[in-house]
Amino acid sequence: MSAATKTASSESLEEMNARINEENARLRKKATTRRRIGLFWSYFALVLITILMVFPLIIVLLVSFTPNAVTQTWPPKVIPSAFTLENYTSLFQRLPVGREMLNTVVFAGVVTIVSVFFDSLAAYGLSRVDFKGRGLLLGVLIATMMIPGMALLIPVYKLLAGMGLVNSYWGIIIPRMADVGGIFLLRQFFISIPKDLDNAARIDGAGEFRIFAQIILPNAIPAILTVGMFNFMGNWNDLLWPLIMTSKPETRTITAGLAMLTGHGSSVTPYGVVMAGALFPLCLCWWCSSSCKSDSLKALP
Amino acid sequence: MSAATHEAHKVAKENKKAISRRDMRTGILFTAPALIILAIFVFYPAVKTFLTSLTTDRINRSGKFVGLDNYLKLFQNQDFWTDIKNTLVYAVLYAPIVVIVALAFALLLNRKDLKFVGFFRTCMFLPFVISLTVAAIAWQFILSPSLGLVPYWFQQLTGVAHLNLLGTRETAMATIVFITVWKNFGYFMVIFLAGLQGISQELYEAASLDGASAWQKFRYITLPALRPTFNYVVIFGLIGSFQVFDQVFILTSGGPDRATETIVYRIYTEAFGNGKLGYASALSYVLLIMTLIVGLIQLYTNAKHEKEEIA
Repeated sequence: MSAATKTASSESLEEMNARINEENARLRKKATTRRRIGLFWSYFALVLITILMVFPLIIVLLVSFTPNAVTQTWPPKVIPSAFTLENYTSLFQRLPVGREMLNTVVFAGVVTIVSVFFDSLAAYGLSRVDFKGRGLLLGVLIATMMIPGMALLIPVYKLLAGMGLVNSYWGIIIPRMADVGGIFLLRQFFISIPKDLDNAARIDGAGEFRIFAQIILPNAIPAILTVGMFNFMGNWNDLLWPLIMTSKPETRTITAGLAMLTGHGSSVTPYGVVMAGALFPLCLCWWCSSSCKSDSLKALP
Repeated sequence: MSAATHEAHKVAKENKKAISRRDMRTGILFTAPALIILAIFVFYPAVKTFLTSLTTDRINRSGKFVGLDNYLKLFQNQDFWTDIKNTLVYAVLYAPIVVIVALAFALLLNRKDLKFVGFFRTCMFLPFVISLTVAAIAWQFILSPSLGLVPYWFQQLTGVAHLNLLGTRETAMATIVFITVWKNFGYFMVIFLAGLQGISQELYEAASLDGASAWQKFRYITLPALRPTFNYVVIFGLIGSFQVFDQVFILTSGGPDRATETIVYRIYTEAFGNGKLGYASALSYVLLIMTLIVGLIQLYTNAKHEKEEIA
């Protein structure tokens, strides 16, 4: 009797186990299916957005190799019916592309190098040296960060015009040689470097500049790359500043040159030529950012 | 003994003085190059812009002092209010959309079981790398009513010919917002992604054990952890959107019928087109004050949140 009960209950236990297992398997399967469906929609959304992101850039590439006559016909086609290199030859005839590229490299390059140097010097002073008025200075700099650069263009222009620096490299470069955003990002990063490092160096008799150059800078390379990259890209892509400061091809940057080429609102924009010109800055910028992006993004907030 | 202590105190005091003098000198030396540049090209112009805004200066000759006349003229000008409205509409549309889109795709890319993350991330970051000028020219072509693919496809679908998104009052600003979101959201997404990867997985596991739903995990773990990133993104999105210029310059020149004319575009045309520096300076100061107000609100809410988190 008791044995029978025992077997019955153990049977029901087994049954229960089996049922639970089954239920578990069903739930797991449901979860997997749900995860798979979620994954499918994720891929779907990502592929859609990728097409949307890349599509205009592919159009730029295609149009730059299409004869203008084909580009200007209705209906438009995604894949053009003819191929040409004339846009590129025409671009070089219309714009001093080489000169404008050189101007842009000089402008963005020099600004980036000098301003990253000045910014990191200031960041060192503001994070490592305990001098009177440091708090006040920091407050003033935070307020400065909120002043839109656009609002200051007029006096800056007049000042530089007074010094005869309009249409010169100096004129577009000097005002950009320090930027508050860069100082703050670097200061934030410098604070995270342990002070014991510089104290050790100080005991060994290193001067402040040596500590800055040989201890702090090498430890802050990701932050310096970040600030440098955004600085370079910002200046390379800037339109308003070079548009105002340069009116001659000897100093005009490629972005300003391209903007002049669109005919400004008129409908006769030679798109093929413009796109051909657009590819130059695009390629260089893409190359520059992809080569240092991986390192530099680590320092972002 | 006491004389010796006194002597020691004196030496210590002098040492301290020497150190603070040395620190002062080092501090000045290190900050000087950046400060000189900022003083000449930011501090001085900030004051000078205000002084110019009180005059009738023109680009080639100086005018006379007129007090707050320029501001009064501004406030009575209907176009000025249109510019303000346009700038605010742009900011109010752009900043939330770019943040939400960036966060959504950062969350998608943060899935552990996803492949090709690097490829997708690069594709989304790509438009940020190109200049606004190039992006605007590309979109101008695609949207061009007589040449573009989008109006053509629209015609195939609906039969309505010559869709002119940039040339229609109602759609021009929305189109500019769309193009700017398209260009910039990849940058904000990468920042969000970095923030997401900093959140400890254990928090999510613990929440799962407690039976939290996906939404609860997002609301009570992800969002609070992303607050610093959020602050950074929102302030840069807002302040940047007050300064919108390149897109307007290339795509619409402020048209049609001033529907996309923003403050900075107006400053540019008044100062460098019409040569009215005094008037344009007054406009600049309005922009500066608008930006300062947003910045201060942002700083204030930041400080409040930080206090709450400590308490």
